Order: sequence, then structure tokens, then C-alpha cells
Amino acid sequence: MESVRSDTAAPPAGDSALTVKILVAGGFGVGKTTLVSAVSEIRPLRTEEALTEKSIGIDDTSAVASKTTTTVAMDFGRITLPNGLVLFVFGTPGQDRFWFMWDELAKGALGAVVLVDTRRLADCFASVDYFERRGVPFIIGVNRFDGAAPHTADQVRDALDLPSDIPVVSCDVRDREDAKQILITLVEHIMRRMS
Amino acid sequence: MDGTEGEGPHGTGWYDDAAGPVVRPYALTRGRTHYEGGEFDLVALIVTAEAAPEADGALPHAPWAPEPEHEMILDLCRTPLSVAEIASDLELPLGVVRVLLGDLLDHSLIGVRRPAPVAQFPSERVLKEVIDGIRAL
Repeated sequence: MESVRSDTAAPPAGDSALTVKILVAGGFGVGKTTLVSAVSEIRPLRTEEALTEKSIGIDDTSAVASKTTTTVAMDFGRITLPNGLVLFVFGTPGQDRFWFMWDELAKGALGAVVLVDTRRLADCFASVDYFERRGVPFIIGVNRFDGAAPHTADQVRDALDLPSDIPVVSCDVRDREDAKQILITLVEHIMRRMS
Repeated sequence: MDGTEGEGPHGTGWYDDAAGPVVRPYALTRGRTHYEGGEFDLVALIVTAEAAPEADGALPHAPWAPEPEHEMILDLCRTPLSVAEIASDLELPLGVVRVLLGDLLDHSLIGVRRPAPVAQFPSERVLKEVIDGIRAL
């Protein structure tokens, strides 16, 4: 039934847009939105998703009036590459309770940058766990905060118990060149995983 | 219910100030929270369809009165725009925007360009293009 097989193959190229998505994760206040701003051609936008009882996954909704929701915000930027590709960089919601939103973000993502503040290393554990379990390629970006003692890449890698092939890059997320380099390092890492 | 919004059964709120305000966004969609016809990816590009030629009053579907938000989407998407950007521009939650997009798609008023399936079928060529593109910024 070859004709059937060809019908169920990848959608025709004309139907898809060359948009790709990269995620920036990490603890609250680690610089995710700053990194997004540093590379985005537009002021970072904010989109919101309404949380419903279903997304929260709790049984007791007595505290929530019917059809009433709260929202979770995500900041994102857009980069139109000279070759026509459109790259979206999404900052993940900082709070752990918004896991349901992570699934939506991770779906179809090329990979992720997990930003780390070495003074609050534990804040990134949840992100690292998530991407490891989902098989989403990721790298670690160590944001250089004033007043943070410098750590070597190996110290951070050991502390996070990461395999040696996962890049750990020091960066200043406010710096556009640093921000570009960290995205490039991620995509190079994804290519290495393929070969 | 003791009327204290945000308090769960154990007295700990499952949402708080950081989670944003409590809103009623689905009033706009008349309570519909899902589009039955499929999914709109966060980075799918939406483009307003070319105006169909007037069909001498012989339109097969019932007349439809779009909400102002439908018109705003059609206005915005004259140049292709991602679902996430539409939600951001309209300051509406993604779920609401997806229902509105579903209405527009049902009436053939928009086209949808799904994102390239690069994550499932990574192509070295596309990845190289991404790297070259970022370098050239």
C-alpha cells in the first residue's frame, strides 16, 4: 500500500512555515527575559494562557467560581534570520506549578537553554530534569551576576551531575553577542547529537 | 466556600499575585474553550485569506456575524503572524485566540502555515541555516 504510505508522510513543504522555536528556562529572575530581549528584533512580547481547572489538575475547585481562570505569562522574542527562517525564543514560566504550559512550549522545540545563577543553583534543577526526561536537547548558560563567585564550567557540570557532552557556557545575558553565541552553541550541540 | 479567593482546601492558594489577575476570558467565545477542528501551534503562522470573489448571494453557509476580535485578527494577519504574537497583540489568552482562529478557519477566512517539523525530523541543512542566520544578525 505504497500510495497510503506516501499520504501519511510528512506534510507537503508548501504547507509549513520555516518557523523554529528555542526555549529559555531557569529559575525566577535568572535573566530569561533579558536573554530574549538581547536577541529579539522586537521588544519581547508577552502572551498569556488562561489556567483552567483542567490545566491545574486539582479536584477541588470550590475556591474557583465557574469559568474563572488565572493566567500564566510567557515572554518571547522573534528573530527573522536573513535567510527567511523565523526563530522564536520563548522564556518558560518561572514557577514550577505551570508545568502544563511547558508541554505546549516543548512540543516541536529545537532545544533549550537552561540559565543558571550559581548563587541559586538549585533553581535550575527542575528545568534540567524536565528536558532530560523529555529528551529535549539543552545546554547550560551560566549568567555572570555581579557579586557571584566565578565557577568553572566543570564545577557547574559536576554540581548539576551532567554528562560531559552537554555544553556549559558562561555568559552575560544582557550582551547581544553573548546571547547570540549561546543560541549558536545550542544549535551546534543539537547537530552533534544528530551525527 | 468562605469567599476567600485563591485559598485551596488546605489554606494554601494555588494562584497568587505572581500568577496574574483572575479573569473571565471565555465570555468572548461564549464559553467555548476548545476548537474542535484541530490545534493551532504556538508558532504556526496565520495569514488572512485573499478576499473570496463575491458569489452572487449563493453562499452555502449561514450568515455569520464576526466579533470585533475576529476582524482584528484578520487585520493583523495581512502579513503572516504567529499564534503567540496574535495573542500578545490582542492581549487575549492563547486558548481564547485559538477558538477565534477556529471560527475564522471554519469560514475559510485564514490560512495556517504549520511550523516546519524540524524537531521531529531535524535537518542538518536547516540547523546550519539557523546558525548562519544568528551569526549574521
